[in-house]
This record gives sequence, structure tokens and C-alpha cells, in this order.
Amino acid sequence: MTGAESTSLLAEPMLPVPYLVAGRAAETHDCVTLRLEPARDSLPPFQPGQFTMLAVPGVGEVAISISGDPAAQDGTLTHTIRAVGAVSTALHNASVGTPLGVRGPFGTTWDLASATGRDLVIVAGGVGLAPLRPVMLGALADRGSYRRVCLIAGARTPAEFLFRSELAAWSRRPGIEVELTVDQPAADWDGQVGFVTEPLARLPVDPARTTAFLCGPEPMLRFAAQVLQRKGILAGDIRVSLERNMQCGIGLCGHCQFGPILVCRDGPVVSYALAGPLLTIREL
Amino acid sequence: MTEHGAQLAGSGIFSGLSAEELELVSAAARPVWFGAGERLFLEGTPARGCWLIQDGCVALDLLVPGRGQVVVQTLGYGDVLGWSWLLPPYQWHFGAVALRPTTATELDTDLLRTLADQDPRFGYTLTLSLFQACVQRLQATRARLLDLYRSPNDRR
Repeated sequence: MTGAESTSLLAEPMLPVPYLVAGRAAETHDCVTLRLEPARDSLPPFQPGQFTMLAVPGVGEVAISISGDPAAQDGTLTHTIRAVGAVSTALHNASVGTPLGVRGPFGTTWDLASATGRDLVIVAGGVGLAPLRPVMLGALADRGSYRRVCLIAGARTPAEFLFRSELAAWSRRPGIEVELTVDQPAADWDGQVGFVTEPLARLPVDPARTTAFLCGPEPMLRFAAQVLQRKGILAGDIRVSLERNMQCGIGLCGHCQFGPILVCRDGPVVSYALAGPLLTIREL
Repeated sequence: MTEHGAQLAGSGIFSGLSAEELELVSAAARPVWFGAGERLFLEGTPARGCWLIQDGCVALDLLVPGRGQVVVQTLGYGDVLGWSWLLPPYQWHFGAVALRPTTATELDTDLLRTLADQDPRFGYTLTLSLFQACVQRLQATRARLLDLYRSPNDRR
């Protein structure tokens, strides 16, 4: 679905819809996952990769990727939020029952359906795992539609992995390859130590039948895409999620302009064939 | 080509070697297996041997007073372990221990050094192959040095 199509689903895209915090789960020392329930009307269903604009009354509004299960049809929304600025810290600290305003869902999707019959290589760095969780959940819910499903996730330390119990469950599940690696191991960590590009470089792939999904800091996107391209995977088969200063969410204000695209409308998920050249331009 | 030669050719790291050179390397190769927890070598000891990991996981570590053996990196399928045998002072700078049952192809590095000394062209090709692995390892380490996943609020 393009940004324009998703936006057309919304009658009043600039009007926040009231939601309440219905659940709050701490992920790491500075990340929480919030489950939001509509106070009255719910927003249209989301697709993996999309984001919403979350507003804390009296504080402000910020773009947050949706980290929930795309199969959930109960009107709830799930977001995983790292406390960084004033708004994200207010969201991080929001307790159950807190009223929030929500606009969206906005933006392009990971378009998982177009990877049917192919190998999925999913590479996440740090909090970049949050926008990729719906891809994992979507792929696992329809496991027979894909050949391999391989997740490579990196974190700064073992304690900074998001969704730790879910990662452990996925690791035990047959038919899924999960490679976790940390930059800095803890004393009790017996897993891999290294940057995500290292397990990625070790991964045998069938380049003509692989679609890759990358989310994380931009240098990580570049390094991981380079490894994939060295393996023979085309830039057009690599999808990345971009992060910019998104404010209106519907391509009006221009704050998220990234070269020829507006990330809120034409992204956040774009092909590396488009993003790759742009990510090397300093002024962008 | 022998079974070892074919295995080495498919490893990536030695894919640049000619069939003749692969046979030279494979003559110095033997399959080995390490149990979980088994130490391959200790930091500061004479460096002999080079391993092409087929399966499993090996940790590079070193002793840090007060912290014990600290793992700095793990290696797995397709990775080359050990290049201190190539350069003076021929001592391991880090230790290596198998974290899980690990199979590997072990290369007799005394023999490889002799062959390289006798045939500098072979030595050059072999060194380039190891250098390629070394550069990839360095690039990944540099990426890790960037501490990309840290919060913008973590000031240094």
C-alpha cells in the first residue's frame, strides 16, 4: 500500500483519535511496550512497517512505529517506545489509563505479501527490532507462505534486547533461524558477540530468492546492505525502514524530506535501490 | 580435487586460490572437533594452527583482572580462526574456546609457512586470502566501536 492510499483511508488525518493506555510492559531500562485501546472509535487497521503519530496532551506529538501483531483485529495498537526526548519520555512514563491522541496509521509497509515463496532475511539493530516485530509475527502466522525465515538481531548488551521472551520462544521454534548477537557481552551471556554484519556474513543465502528487511541505525543499514549485496542480493530485494523528523505524517509539512522523498508519505519502508544512494549523501 | 581441497575452495576465504594452491593448503589440512568448553589456545602462548570453522561457535577471549575471561568476539561457520602464526612474535594475542560443539578444518601452519617461504607467489596469495578475512573482521569491529545502538541520551 502506498502512502497516498493509506492516507486516503483516513477522513481526518490531522485529527488525533482518543486512545487509552491499556497495558504497559518494560522492555529495557529505557524502552516500554504500550498497548493502546480506543476510547471510542478506532483507527483503520495497520500494515507491518507503518507508524502512527502519538500525542501526549500538553507535551507534544511524535512518530512511533507500530510493533504489534498485524492479525489483531480488536482495534488496539501496540507501540514500543524508547525514552529519548520530551514526548517519548512522557509516553515511556505513561501509566495504564493515561489518555493519548493517535493519528494514522501512516506510511508505506514492509509489503510482506510480495515476498511470498521467498526466503526472508530480517536484520534488526537495537530498537530497530520494534518495527520488524510485525514482520516476524506476520511471517510466523503464515509460515507456509515463505521458505526460510531468518532473524538476525543485534543489541548493545544482552539486557537491551527488546521482546526477550518472544525472541527466546522464536529461537526454540522449528523452521525459524534466530541469530542474536551483542556488542558487549555480560558475564552470563553465552551467545554471539559481534556486530550484526558478522552472523549475516556467515548466513548462506539463495540470493535470487531472498528478500531482506532491515531496520536499525543508518550506518547499520548501509553495512548490512553491503554484506547482502556482496552475497548477490539485489538492492531492489532489500527493504529498509528510514527514520526522519516526521511531524504531519501525511506529506504536507516537509520536515521529513529526504532527497526526492518525504519519508512519512513515501517511507518509512523503501527499497535500498532508492535509499542506498541517498544514505551516502552527507547533506541529507 | 581432494575432499579437503573442495571444502576449502567452497569456504569463501580460500576461493581465490588456484586448484594447485588449494591442493597445497589441503595437504596441510585435517578435520578436528572440539567439545563445548574446550580451549583451542590461550593468550600469550606460541601461535600454531589456523582453523576454518565448519560448524559451531568459538569465542575469542582474554583475561581481564577482576572480570575473568572476557569474550571479545565469537566466530562461526565459514570464519577463519587464528592468524598470529603468520607474523612475529608468533604468539596468540587472544585466547579461543569452543562455546558449543565445533567442527573445523585445522591447517598445519608450520607447513604452510614453509610452503609460503619456498614459493612467495603462493605465500602472497595465501596472505591475501587471510588479509581479506582480517579486513572484514576489522570492519565489523569498527562498526561495533561506533556503539550505534546507544541511546542519544547516553552522553560520553
